[in-house]
Amino acid sequence: MASLKTLLTKPWIWSFVGALLVWLATIAFTGGYGGGGMVTAALSLAVFTVIVGVGQMFVITLGPGNVDLSLPANIGLASAVAMKVMGGSDAMIVVGLLAALACGAAIGVINYLLIWALRIPPIIATLSASFIIQSVDISYGRGLQIKPPPGFADFTNWQVLGIPVLAILTVLFTMGAAIALQRMVYGRSVLAIGQNIRAAWLAGVKVGRIRFLTYTLSGALGGIDGALLAGYFRGANVDIGNEYLLASIAVVVIGGTSVAGGKANVPGVWGAALFLVLLLTMLNTFGVSAGVRLLLTGLIIVGVITAAGGEKAVR
Amino acid sequence: MDNGFKGSAARNEAARARLLRGLLPALSLALVLAAIAWLNPRAISYFGFSLMLNLAIPIALATIAQMFVIAGNELDLSIGTFVGFVGCVTATWLKDAPLIGVLILVGLIGIYALLGALIHMRNLPSIVVTLGMSFVWQGLAILVLPKPGGKAPDWLLAIMSFKPPFIPFPIIAALLIAAVVHFGLMRTSYGVILRGSGGNPAALRRAGWSLLKTKIVLFALAGLFGVLSGMALIGITTSADANIGNGYTLLAIAGVILGGGEFVGGRVSPIGAVIGALTLALAASPLLTFMHIPPDWQVAANGAILIIVLAARVLISRRER
Repeated sequence: MASLKTLLTKPWIWSFVGALLVWLATIAFTGGYGGGGMVTAALSLAVFTVIVGVGQMFVITLGPGNVDLSLPANIGLASAVAMKVMGGSDAMIVVGLLAALACGAAIGVINYLLIWALRIPPIIATLSASFIIQSVDISYGRGLQIKPPPGFADFTNWQVLGIPVLAILTVLFTMGAAIALQRMVYGRSVLAIGQNIRAAWLAGVKVGRIRFLTYTLSGALGGIDGALLAGYFRGANVDIGNEYLLASIAVVVIGGTSVAGGKANVPGVWGAALFLVLLLTMLNTFGVSAGVRLLLTGLIIVGVITAAGGEKAVR
Repeated sequence: MDNGFKGSAARNEAARARLLRGLLPALSLALVLAAIAWLNPRAISYFGFSLMLNLAIPIALATIAQMFVIAGNELDLSIGTFVGFVGCVTATWLKDAPLIGVLILVGLIGIYALLGALIHMRNLPSIVVTLGMSFVWQGLAILVLPKPGGKAPDWLLAIMSFKPPFIPFPIIAALLIAAVVHFGLMRTSYGVILRGSGGNPAALRRAGWSLLKTKIVLFALAGLFGVLSGMALIGITTSADANIGNGYTLLAIAGVILGGGEFVGGRVSPIGAVIGALTLALAASPLLTFMHIPPDWQVAANGAILIIVLAARVLISRRER
């Protein structure tokens, strides 16, 4: 019982409990039919939210006002770049992935340059950047209907015993992210900056370099996410990343990371991503219309945030 | 722009920089206007302005709504879909059953006030709450109007197509909006309290003001101007669509910042915000059309203007020190 109690005090457990409840509600509705397939589908879709969610988590942990609003535009552009570089040929898969990664990282670098050179809040910097990226994407990707190479599409949809391989790889990646966050100088520095940027600076944390790395990381993860999405959905398009603005921020917050910064939680990102994906599956299974689905998704997100409550302000 | 001035000239220099910074929004607008005049002199006419500034009124109103939220150190990422939902209600209920329509719109302002209370009492991040609400408004809009359609009430069409002598209606409306909000927020004593709730909340609380009340008032005002924006939009477009307001969220934030507003500290400017909205409205499509730049780059133009103005602000602020 004691271990259960300590488990319940973890902030991330609630997102998993939520995901489980939603899943149970859905299979109760279908009479137990399709429960396993639903988990497989949820894992495949949650992967894309988790990848950008982790990037967004590091950014948000940097402290109030830090958020990457350029992720949707970034994902859209990187998906087009990846598909164009791969050009439908299996031999170019790795090059295409690297191109998407480089494209995303470059966007992250630009974001930080704007923040640093113009001394503007990250929200506005990433917002202005996203305006420009969006236009680049529209004009670059116009009429571009390039399919992913068959090998890449198969890889992103590959399952072993009902578990998507991409999900396994993403679990490994998130474990790495958790170690980087809690056990490495980089992660500790991010947390320190989020708790008190001035104290961190006085303690010798290279604030500028860490923030630069964090925005670049978030951009790079957005880029790789774009390439994977294009593979999974068999084609790139401008709007492919649109839903990931809300999703990336929501999974971070629902997963127990503090919006005030300085406190991050990697497992919670997984729980929250599964929760959101299963929620959509449930609403689809119930056969509600698109309007009701959006309405309920919004209400549940607001409800969860309200129930979780904000940090007590430190004064 | 070097820092070569020293000594007694420095103070003068700082004052000039502050003035320049205050004038920056107007300068950017003048620059965009000059560019349009140079590219197409015929656009600078009564008819030209009526056409070019067609959508400036709803954008300006949405920007003012966002400005109230930003004045309280919050951010509203749902104002665009909110404007869209108001548009759908305006084109359906307000036309067919005016009483119910009015009740819904007033109720919406009430919901905004409640959101303000919720954000304050539970100490919630406004970004996440409003992102969630953006889904709610979008969902409601689709439920009210699954397909583009509806029709604006006749009285609204009459107002929006009003053609005053000499000065085009959008310009008069913009001046009126700026004047009313400027007076309310900058020249009344409660306006000072509202801005203070963003500037120094701790001091306000110690002085006995209710921060809950200021947040509720700021969000209710945002709701009010969001409703006005949606109605104005439908008065121009004559029919609605569930996605009609989606672009307004980012435009409104950009407008506030262009107009000299800051994210924290309750530093906002209603006149600046309206000018920022006009600049964006002009730069987004008329200027690009005259420059023969394809519409693909419209969004980029907004981003570029934002970056240029902010860069200019940094250069000026450096001299202010």
